[in-house]
Amino acid sequence: MATADDLKFQEFDDAANLLAANPDATTISIDEPVEIPKNQHSRLQEPGREEDDELLGTDDSDKTELLAGQKKSAPFWTFEYYQTFFDVDTYQVLDRIKGSVFPVPGKNFVRLYIRSNPDLYGPFWICATLVFTIAVSGNLSNFFIHLGKPTYHYVPEFRKVSIAATTIYAYAWLVPLALWGFLMWRNSKVMNIVSYSFLEIVCVYGYSLFIYIPTAVLWIIPQRVVRWVLVVFSLCLSGSVLVMTFWPAVRDDNRRIAVATVATILLLHALLAVGCLAYFFDAPELDIPAPIIPAHNSTS
Amino acid sequence: FPGLADVSISQDIPVEGEITVPVGSHSPDEDYSTLDEPVKDTIMRDLKAVGKKFVHVMYPRKSSALLRDWDLWGPLVLCVSLALMLQGGSADSKDDGGPQFAEVFVLIWFGAVVITLNSKLLGGTISFFQSLCVLGYCVMPLTVAMLVCRLVLLAGAGTVSFVIRLLVVGAMFGWSTLASTAFLADSQPPNRKALVVYPIFLFYFVISWMILTFTPQ
Repeated sequence: MATADDLKFQEFDDAANLLAANPDATTISIDEPVEIPKNQHSRLQEPGREEDDELLGTDDSDKTELLAGQKKSAPFWTFEYYQTFFDVDTYQVLDRIKGSVFPVPGKNFVRLYIRSNPDLYGPFWICATLVFTIAVSGNLSNFFIHLGKPTYHYVPEFRKVSIAATTIYAYAWLVPLALWGFLMWRNSKVMNIVSYSFLEIVCVYGYSLFIYIPTAVLWIIPQRVVRWVLVVFSLCLSGSVLVMTFWPAVRDDNRRIAVATVATILLLHALLAVGCLAYFFDAPELDIPAPIIPAHNSTS
Repeated sequence: FPGLADVSISQDIPVEGEITVPVGSHSPDEDYSTLDEPVKDTIMRDLKAVGKKFVHVMYPRKSSALLRDWDLWGPLVLCVSLALMLQGGSADSKDDGGPQFAEVFVLIWFGAVVITLNSKLLGGTISFFQSLCVLGYCVMPLTVAMLVCRLVLLAGAGTVSFVIRLLVVGAMFGWSTLASTAFLADSQPPNRKALVVYPIFLFYFVISWMILTFTPQ
């Protein structure tokens, strides 16, 4: 018969104490099973693709291949599916923004920052901020340009907010869709080493629009030269992010198609910038910063 | 029934009693049945709840009353009054003036829904309608600012009035953002707080811009 002590509940001791009592007892340890596949993959890599390594950041791509299989397992009609697109922390979003504003030559934005964790938070809220920044800055700039004229009556121009919203969100979603479709089509003809998912392309486009936010604020300055310098500068920065992302994806293709694709990407990006500048910001009629002086010589 | 043969009831224990249960004055059903109370009581109860929430917004403390008993009457009243006060602005023939009533309404409600979805997608633990309730109630300082702006504009539309309006709208914008952040920030995961607060900031900024740029005819 068991004594009363045997039947009382006994706390489990610390593992160290238990092992000290019985050093030969069999133990089981549960570790994360990621170590072995990593070594195997790096041995299988081809030796000749050094530049791809640099651009792909393959020191971490092994882990991303493993992680890619674990994401997005929820069916698309559940809320958890969409939560996987918002799985970013504050510092990650800030890092991605930093990477889009200061492009490191030779480093691919997608491989370096996104790494199989594309988020929709950045593109959506950067576009929203850009819409309101352009509308507000355009309104302010027009106010300062026309200030002092006797016939000018200030209007808030709220119509332009909806137009700005339609344009920018269409650009941020339809152009990546078209580009993704085009890359998929070319991928079926020519085997490319690098291919991107739709969300990664949306992510790159969304973050590359961030530089236009401070540019739109600075466009308030009513000087033609300043505005065009800003256009060129921001186009260079965000354009370089896009080019460095998409050049490896089309490089293996026919030379002319590759160049034409990259040129189209840049052209559409430039068209967005110039179009916003032309539509939301009235042309400054004076070239000297003196908005208080009524313009006697300007023609209406 | 052979087992019951030796059960017998003694003759002097009376077997009698009442079958019906006396109706007590505090049975559980009475508390939820508001069908019999006067209409005044019903309305006053809801008005008191709304009024209490307004007071909570004015002095934002971390109280759970605003979150627990959410209602959307207050946000509706605030949104409609703000949208009405934004009418009557400069309406040129080019139709390029301020926001229409429907635009303000849609902006506030759609904006609140998007912010709530954003915070839930980022892993927030607050419920959908609780968040809508908080965001709607925190529009109250801006509605007060709109009222003040319209009164100031009655006096004149010069630079002084613009400076006063700018200060008032700026202060109320800060108050709105701080009040809603005080209520909502606790339900967010700690390393994503800034990601949730920024859209709220943008939302109230846009509303403040609409209030500040309101120009009468």
